[in-house]
Amino acid sequence: MILDGKCPSGPLAEKWDRRRHELKLISPANRRGYKIIIAGMGLAGASAAAALGELGYNVEAFCLQDSPRRGHSIAAQGGINAAKNYPNDGDSILRLFYDTIKGGDFRAREANVYRLAMLSNNIIDQCVAQGVPFARDYAGYLENRSFGGAQVSRTFYARGQTGQQLLLGAYGALSLQIKARTVTLHPRKEMLDLVVIDGKAKGITVRDMVTGEIKCFEADAVCICTGGYSNIFYLSTNAMSSNVTAAYRAFKKGAFFANPCFMQIHPTCIPASGDRQSKLTLMSESLRNDGRIWAPKNKGDRRAPHEIPEHERDYFLERMYPAYGNLAPRDIASRTVKEICDNGFGAGGGRGVYLDFADAIKRSGRDKIRERYGNLFEMYEKITGENAYNQPMRIYPAPHYTMGGLWVDYNLQSSIPGLFVLGEANFSDHGANRLGASALMQGLADGYFIIPYTISDYLAETAPGKVNAEHSEFKKSRDDAESYIKKLLSVKGRKTASEFHRELGRILWDNVGMVRSEEGLKKALQLIPPLRAEFRQNVKITGSGSELNQELERAGRIADFLEFGELMARDALHRRESCGAHFRIEHQTQDGGARRNDENFCYTAAWEFKGVDREPELHKEPLKFENVELAARSYK
Amino acid sequence: MNLTLFVWRQKGPDEQGRLERHEAKNISPEMSFLEMLDAVNENLVKNGKEPIAFDHDCREGICGSCSQVINGVPHGPKEKTTVCQLHMRHFKDGDAIYIEPLRAKAFPVIKDLIVDRGALDRIIQSGGYISVHTGGVPDANAVLIPKEAAEAAMDAAECIGCGACVAACPNGSAMLFTAAKVTHLAMLPQGRIESARRVCMMTESMLNEGFGNCSNHYECQAACPKGIKVQFIAKLNREFLKAVFKN
Ligand SMILES: Cc1cc2nc3c(=O)[nH]c(=O)nc-3n(C[C@H](O)[C@H](O)[C@H](O)COP(=O)(O)OP(=O)(O)OC[C@H]3O[C@@H](n4cnc5c(N)ncnc54)[C@H](O)[C@@H]3O)c2cc1C
Ligand code: SF4
Ligand code: FES
Repeated sequence: MILDGKCPSGPLAEKWDRRRHELKLISPANRRGYKIIIAGMGLAGASAAAALGELGYNVEAFCLQDSPRRGHSIAAQGGINAAKNYPNDGDSILRLFYDTIKGGDFRAREANVYRLAMLSNNIIDQCVAQGVPFARDYAGYLENRSFGGAQVSRTFYARGQTGQQLLLGAYGALSLQIKARTVTLHPRKEMLDLVVIDGKAKGITVRDMVTGEIKCFEADAVCICTGGYSNIFYLSTNAMSSNVTAAYRAFKKGAFFANPCFMQIHPTCIPASGDRQSKLTLMSESLRNDGRIWAPKNKGDRRAPHEIPEHERDYFLERMYPAYGNLAPRDIASRTVKEICDNGFGAGGGRGVYLDFADAIKRSGRDKIRERYGNLFEMYEKITGENAYNQPMRIYPAPHYTMGGLWVDYNLQSSIPGLFVLGEANFSDHGANRLGASALMQGLADGYFIIPYTISDYLAETAPGKVNAEHSEFKKSRDDAESYIKKLLSVKGRKTASEFHRELGRILWDNVGMVRSEEGLKKALQLIPPLRAEFRQNVKITGSGSELNQELERAGRIADFLEFGELMARDALHRRESCGAHFRIEHQTQDGGARRNDENFCYTAAWEFKGVDREPELHKEPLKFENVELAARSYK
Repeated sequence: MNLTLFVWRQKGPDEQGRLERHEAKNISPEMSFLEMLDAVNENLVKNGKEPIAFDHDCREGICGSCSQVINGVPHGPKEKTTVCQLHMRHFKDGDAIYIEPLRAKAFPVIKDLIVDRGALDRIIQSGGYISVHTGGVPDANAVLIPKEAAEAAMDAAECIGCGACVAACPNGSAMLFTAAKVTHLAMLPQGRIESARRVCMMTESMLNEGFGNCSNHYECQAACPKGIKVQFIAKLNREFLKAVFKN
């Protein structure tokens, strides 16, 4: 099937306006009659719930955590982009658009990306109005810094806690609506299924994580905002509860999954220290503004960093990518670091390279550096016990962000009418390599400024309240969820869910990680099904389903990862090209760059579920580039 | 290293709780405290026993989920450090460690180390925000904010809502938490018009939720993993008095 992204026609800059004009509205008095479910309270979900509540819709909001203030977005450190051009350094909406399209290696939709760049400016205004304490200069104006992959300073930030502050802003807006009773909040509830009636999304099934009760909620439309799935790798920068469950179960109900193999590895994480580590901690990429990355020039050099003289250090990013230097885009920086370490040049002969602030401290002084990155240095010291003011940090890449997600059209509607997908859970806008500071931007653009318009168009065609909670589909969904949980609990095997998670993570990191090959991907496809089969027969979960049971929660998510991992590998295998974060060793330029194949792969790959243990069907959405030229992505 | 843990086990809010003894073996100093518990839990599961339930998510000290009291101190012995960021290198081989939930009247125990901190959300829902609607706001640079004010707002806004301050306070007061939010918003020109209403509603909500009053023990500041300062409580009191006089 050829998929249609339903982008408006006309000049790029007018597309969104044009669409807004076409979209049907619902009068304020009638909005109350419509019920909208929002699953996931990160930036995308919280902002959507707040914005839709304000408009007067009847919103039911769900999250795993005890409070929306703990949504995973809280962890974002570095910043959020906008094309404000406050520093007068040549930025514009067009330039942000261009950088993002190019950063995505021409695997994103032009119309979406342009809209994102345009809305970025409204986001900053909105957040400032909410009281988000962005950094300011002494004259009282907003400050900016630069981020990987950009030559302008367009990143707004609140110390190293930008995600936290943006989420608290959205949480404030949400709290206002909870008080106004337009939004009903359901914390500690996990979405387990999407209910589809006559081909349309009409509700969800959730598990109350405290009582274990399985319950259905009906609505006129459903928004999935449940974030990304990097956690599939076991070790990643994501929160422990990040998962693919909601998206994957919607996929099983007919929503297409797009570009599942596009996932981003972040170059500046603290290297793993032992095999029982539970997650990897990211050090904001903004550190690359001042920190210089280097590795010993001599293979296997085990001397302490301060014993290695200047001329025996290789500032490899500056050497290889002079125009961007230490700010080279993430995929390039990550791959280069891995290669350096694989070849035996890692710090202390191990897995890591140095991120050195000595020059910056000499130039700007310790205080200035402390002001800019103080909390990051503290965090680093807490985890490693090392003081980065006195010795360079050690960094290594880690799985971080997933550009793949449920397929949506320009209106953020999935292939199931009435199911909308926002934020990291959808696939749109980032192509094959999300650049820094653009995920927060997308989450908020989707939630505050896109969904309020596009959802009304769908609802205007829908008679409100027509679904009946007694409908057999609800009962079926509830029964399915219950018997699935019973089945999991009845296995009573010998291996914990975490053991399966670690094994799956290993398979994926080795074969579907930063560098992929046909051979490795085929191997992953051979290894995953038996592991999944073993899980079904040998997982051990204690306790019951009718109480708070964290092992059960974990096992349910890992069960989905075990199926989804195969989809990732399959998608990576079929894409016989390198683009952005998807690097196939068979497809590289002479100097090791990614070689795209625009002739055959200039499309979004959207997969349709055909049954567990059966091959999914591939649908394509061709990508047309009318405003930018498909150029090789060079950062030299 | 090897440790002996005494962990609070409680099946549900209405059940009796008790300390249970567990051995944590072969713990490496590089592990975080929660990774140590993960290891203990995996053993328990393998032996068919129920693992210890505890709240956690980001494991980077930012979401505010983790919430244990270690040897009598919320978030444990290390200053300005959440449990998830506490590493085992701060303990010694052979140590006995007591692990309990945050204890406060306003935080009922849900299970083992997990408590219900919904009361903190309800304080915010009572008015701890700026009532701005989406769209139709001025350009971000239209309102100038002195750097010092923005920095002070940020110092206060760093609160992660973990509730350690409440558990540390002999009165079970939520003053530090509320003060942090009030100060964050009071430092900024946006939302100033509603500031009197805000502080009154938040204060009232605090009392309704069963939090105690502040009598200057300063335990909250000592326990706070984010270094939120008691000076903010003074700010809260000033804002409150201002509001009362206004009315
Ligand atoms: C450490 C770190 C640093 C980052 N730094 C930056 C940065 O500086 N700039 C930037 O632009 N981006 C950054 N990112 C990326 C960015 O934070 C995320 O992409 C973005 O916040 C995702 O927002 P979201 O709302 O789509 O999803 P999330 O914030 O992930 O929210 C999804 C929520 O849904 C909940 N949920 C999941 N499944 C279910 C279910 N089944 N039922 C109910 N609820 C569910 C989850 O608990 C979660 O809270 C960073 C990411 C990480 C991990
Ligand atoms: S003031 Fe400190 S201790 Fe209290 S909730 Fe906030 S971060 Fe936690
Ligand atoms: S787990 Fe998030 S603060 Fe500890």
